[in-house]
Amino acid sequence: MKVLAVIPAYNEQTTIGSVISEVKKYVDDVVVVNDGSADQTQTLAEAAGALVISHAINRGQGAALQTGISYALSHQAEVIVTFDADGQHQASEIPLLIEPIKNGEVEIVLGSRFLNKKSEVPVFKKIVLLLAVWFSKLYTGLKISDVHNGFRALSVVAAQKIKIKQDGMAHASEIIEQVRILGLKYREMPVTITYTDYSKQKGQKLTNSFRIILDLILARLSR
Amino acid sequence: MIIQLLLIIFICYVVSRTILRFKKGDISSQELFIWLLFWGIVAGASLFPQKTDVVAQFLGVSRGADLLVYLSIIVLFFIVFKIIVKLEKIDHDITRLVRNQALDKVKERDNQ
Repeated sequence: MKVLAVIPAYNEQTTIGSVISEVKKYVDDVVVVNDGSADQTQTLAEAAGALVISHAINRGQGAALQTGISYALSHQAEVIVTFDADGQHQASEIPLLIEPIKNGEVEIVLGSRFLNKKSEVPVFKKIVLLLAVWFSKLYTGLKISDVHNGFRALSVVAAQKIKIKQDGMAHASEIIEQVRILGLKYREMPVTITYTDYSKQKGQKLTNSFRIILDLILARLSR
Repeated sequence: MIIQLLLIIFICYVVSRTILRFKKGDISSQELFIWLLFWGIVAGASLFPQKTDVVAQFLGVSRGADLLVYLSIIVLFFIVFKIIVKLEKIDHDITRLVRNQALDKVKERDNQ
């Protein structure tokens, strides 16, 4: 089965090269969506052997993911893995994540850092993420233990059906909502998140969560 | 009162601009009519503010000035809502453009 990794990247020159070379070991192709980076992300990603799609301007992680998924679908991918560019995920866990899809058991696998004890989640981050889980349950009607986890695996069916319209970070909740609405079979799998100073600095902050909530509410209003 | 004078000057200015735009063909005669009616009502209300109390009391508000404030807030909220919806749409459109352009570029590269 053709497995394609989609990595949205915005100014990730520090980590993108090593992330790609790790991910490449476990998938057939790596697609990096360079979301209008101002640094060397594009050059470094190409040098590391990824296929790079470049947004002319920054549109947000949700937008970049959808671009990568659209590309993957038009290039006969059978399993699509979404992966963060900041090095917080373990590429070695990709085979575990895609296993249930390869076996045809589920259509989407969601990585969760809270299902095992391996990730040492900083306390403050834990509170924010658990609040996000609570809010998402309210919003999407599905109880997922780790909503804002960029490590996922999608079957072709799931990738075709899910349409990411939230350009920003709210896409994480949007994906879960669509899983419920579309009735996709899903499974959560424990994944390990490594918190480096870099990923902490690049990652979600509390202030962003207000933005996410606002985006989600606006989406409901303007529908 | 000075406020009435200022309002009338302002209304005259806006009305002259509106007529000018009608002559240029920017707005239709129907739009011109609606704008003239609107500014006419504003002019009437600023020249005879006591008369607005009649309308206000008919609607259950004690003073015309209060009614004006209520109406303004409602209209402003509505406009803000419309703008947000419009912005969301523009945002989506820009994303679609950026995405299509990015994917087209890759396609071109693939074909070479």
